[in-house]
Amino acid sequence: MNENPVALLPELLLLGSAVFGLLLGAWTPRRHQGRIRWLATAACVAGLAATAAGALAPPQLVFGASYAIDPTTTATRAIVLVATLLAIWLSADAVAGHPREAEYTVLVQLAALGAIVMGGAQDLLLLAAAFLLASVPLYALAGWAADGRATEAAMKYYLSGAFTGVALLAGVTLLYGAGGATGYPALRVGLAAGPAAVAAVGLVAVLAGLMFKAGAVPAQFWVPDVTDGTPAPVAAVVTTIPKIGALVATYRLLVEAVPAAVVDWPLLVAVIAAASVTLGNLGAFFQTSVQRLLAYSTISQVGYLLMGVAVAGRSTLALPGLLFYLAGYAVTNLAVFAVAAAVPTARTLDDHRGLARRRPLLAASLVVGLLGLVGTPPTAVFLGKLTLFTAAVDGGMAWLAVLAVVNTVASVFYYLRWIAPAFAAPDPEHPLPGGRTPVATTVAVTAAVASVVLGIAGGAVLPLLGR
Amino acid sequence: MLSLIVFWPALVAAVLLCVPARVPPKVFVGAWIAASLVDLVLIGVVWVGLPAGGGYGFEERVVWIPTAGISYHVGVDGLSLPLLALTGVLFTACAVFAWRETRRVKAYVTLFLALQAVSLGLFVALDLILFFVFFDLSIVFMYFVIAGWGHGAAARGAALRFFLYTFLGSLALLLGFILLFLAAVPHTFDIPELVAANPLAGGGLYSGLTLLAIGVGLAVKTPSVPFHTWLPPAHTEAPATGSAVLAGVLLKMGTYGFVRIAMPLLPATWRDYAMVVVIVGVVSVVYGALVALAQTDLKRMIAYTSINHMGYVLLGVGAAGLVAGSDEQARQLATTGAVTQMVSHGLITGALFLLAGVLHDRGGTYDMGAYSGLAARVPRFAGLFVIAAFASLGLPGFSGFIAEFQIFTGALGAAPVPTAVAVTGIVVTAGLFLLAVQRLLLGPLRVPDAPGTPRPFPDVRVSEALAVVPLLVLVVVLGVVPRVLLDVIEPASRTLVDLVSR
Repeated sequence: MNENPVALLPELLLLGSAVFGLLLGAWTPRRHQGRIRWLATAACVAGLAATAAGALAPPQLVFGASYAIDPTTTATRAIVLVATLLAIWLSADAVAGHPREAEYTVLVQLAALGAIVMGGAQDLLLLAAAFLLASVPLYALAGWAADGRATEAAMKYYLSGAFTGVALLAGVTLLYGAGGATGYPALRVGLAAGPAAVAAVGLVAVLAGLMFKAGAVPAQFWVPDVTDGTPAPVAAVVTTIPKIGALVATYRLLVEAVPAAVVDWPLLVAVIAAASVTLGNLGAFFQTSVQRLLAYSTISQVGYLLMGVAVAGRSTLALPGLLFYLAGYAVTNLAVFAVAAAVPTARTLDDHRGLARRRPLLAASLVVGLLGLVGTPPTAVFLGKLTLFTAAVDGGMAWLAVLAVVNTVASVFYYLRWIAPAFAAPDPEHPLPGGRTPVATTVAVTAAVASVVLGIAGGAVLPLLGR
Repeated sequence: MLSLIVFWPALVAAVLLCVPARVPPKVFVGAWIAASLVDLVLIGVVWVGLPAGGGYGFEERVVWIPTAGISYHVGVDGLSLPLLALTGVLFTACAVFAWRETRRVKAYVTLFLALQAVSLGLFVALDLILFFVFFDLSIVFMYFVIAGWGHGAAARGAALRFFLYTFLGSLALLLGFILLFLAAVPHTFDIPELVAANPLAGGGLYSGLTLLAIGVGLAVKTPSVPFHTWLPPAHTEAPATGSAVLAGVLLKMGTYGFVRIAMPLLPATWRDYAMVVVIVGVVSVVYGALVALAQTDLKRMIAYTSINHMGYVLLGVGAAGLVAGSDEQARQLATTGAVTQMVSHGLITGALFLLAGVLHDRGGTYDMGAYSGLAARVPRFAGLFVIAAFASLGLPGFSGFIAEFQIFTGALGAAPVPTAVAVTGIVVTAGLFLLAVQRLLLGPLRVPDAPGTPRPFPDVRVSEALAVVPLLVLVVVLGVVPRVLLDVIEPASRTLVDLVSR
């Protein structure tokens, strides 16, 4: 049995930095709490280095074959760590000097750890544990602001999470019963011979939990309330980091543990994808609150991502497309949330009038971010969409690709509803409030640039993600 | 070389972005003019160096995203070079015309330079995804031009409609590209490789759906009836230079797509559905002309004549696919005519929109009823307008005649009835331009006044004349000595006709 802890270095670094950061925070005066952020940054950078080093080793299964360290896990680690770095810094202006500054950073790191472990889990029990690790810190984070709206958001998030978490555990039990194993390879063999109906019910229940983490239909009800009810930095974390883990976990579970002959999961996932894309878009159409609009936008983005899961194993482009889209989505979504975090008082679309005149760099990042989410070349999401659309047609789901194309056009409408006021003349009666948010602005620009660079350099990145 | 032509304006734009906005506006416009002139010289070098026997010249190919079959592949041939040159000329004209611009000049100039880069890039792209990248970015930049410098509040709505429509078109196009990509073995987005492989030579449903997706995508941009409804508001609300670029360059991206992608890559299906293209073209011709006749707004009228003129292009490329019932020479003539029409329409309509901008600058409105008898007050404007109008209606001696004559001659044998119907479009266009000339220039003098005081109504200024006159000179040169252009187009159209009939 391979129990080499060095193989888990990125995970251990995150865990160590979270625990040590919590202790350090308790002994640090409030004005010096920024240290914990630097500690977390060091852990993430070291984790990225360890990830790169680990990518050179051949794929392996560690700890009783429960955890896979392969290119997929490597990609998950890299995406989550970069997203964590961006998220920690885009919140720097908002949390600096806050009484619970250290807790914020620690919770983000624990949630990131949960997301990575979800992505690498090769065993149902580890998946269930990772689900809890990815969820519980985020419930606390949702209530971090401790005002009325945040409390409501945390409550709603917790209740949905508890409900779907129980479903996930029940599903794990059923799958174990049907397949006689919890490790994915053995489970696959067991399920092929076991009762199909039990396996189907169990799979649906597990997917309920995973779709909750991903914020996809039908477990999307918490997304708008949590995203709109929490400060932008918290919303950024909640709508980005858990999605990465959940989608990779879904991919791994379906491809490696559930034979499509027993349960027709491609169709199931395709229907979820179609519903997420469409309902997310319809919900976003006439929103006036920036964060509520973004919440629905993230629901529709998950739908595009699920296309890659739906054709998993039937197109060679499915996995690289999914991972690349995840990377593109993470930086682009964080760029947009960083803009929201940089103008914390502008909560509605109209509040952003005159942004281009007052803060041109921020407005430019906003345009790159929003058009990036649409899938305008040459941003990363465009290449992600291109590969996933191609994978969908290639995998025999052309209808899904057509639906996604129609939805992409529809999405332009509501993203432009935010861009248009940002470039309109300032409203003399309600000028855009000032306030210095240099760090969030820097993060917004960095993430926007990263989304373009990732799109142009896709040729170098894409081969690393495939099998 | 081609990369330099494409990225030079982008480079200049990047440099200008670093210049503070306090610098006098003339510096920005001057830099734009200089950059455009340099680009024109480079395009001239390419024109001279184009291989005489057909085929691509100045090819460059760099691996970009090999796993997805995408490469950075550019090159020119007789189909793309005239449009590349047209783009260079029109942007230079717009740069000169913008000399007197005062509103947020830094953003305006950088935006136009970016638009110039992507427009040039589109016409040299030899990879479907590269083509799509430029196609999509042209929409984004044009959206900001219309929304940012358009006339008033309606501009934002028109810009949104423009974005949504053409974005829908571009995504339909992307779907078609994906279908082409998957059909080829090995999978590739490279246009010359796809032409050589001819993966969909058998036709059939898959090929038909591919052509449908690509055809709809290009038809929206062209635009042809029934996908044209975004065009009139976009033109009416855009600034003069924006309209000139939109009509002169962006519409050509649609028709160029037909000759570069749809015809050579889907020859069998193109032949099957060529009559549909011909009919859509003829409907656009007649509908565009009739609706233009009913307009009182000058810019809307010119916009609808664009739909009419693009209809001729569709008639030409459609006729090139009607292999039965026509000989090769006729189809070649129709193809050459279609490409010539693209160039000719770009020059003429560009000039017309700039002149409409001159009028709006003086009178503040495009309503033709508000003006009368301008010939006496502003003779230079009247002269230029009459030349542009006559060129647009296809009078011999101008480039439009050469183009339309070739299209009609080429199409008549294969599609006699549609061609005959299309000729009526010429008559209607002639009528509407004469009517416009009569309303604007003749009769008693009447110009719209500012409230209280009479508005000064000066004649065409030097910068405006320097922008418009070269365009009209080119129109006349191409009308009198068309061989300059036809010698470049004909080898390429011969190749294209061979590819379609294989």
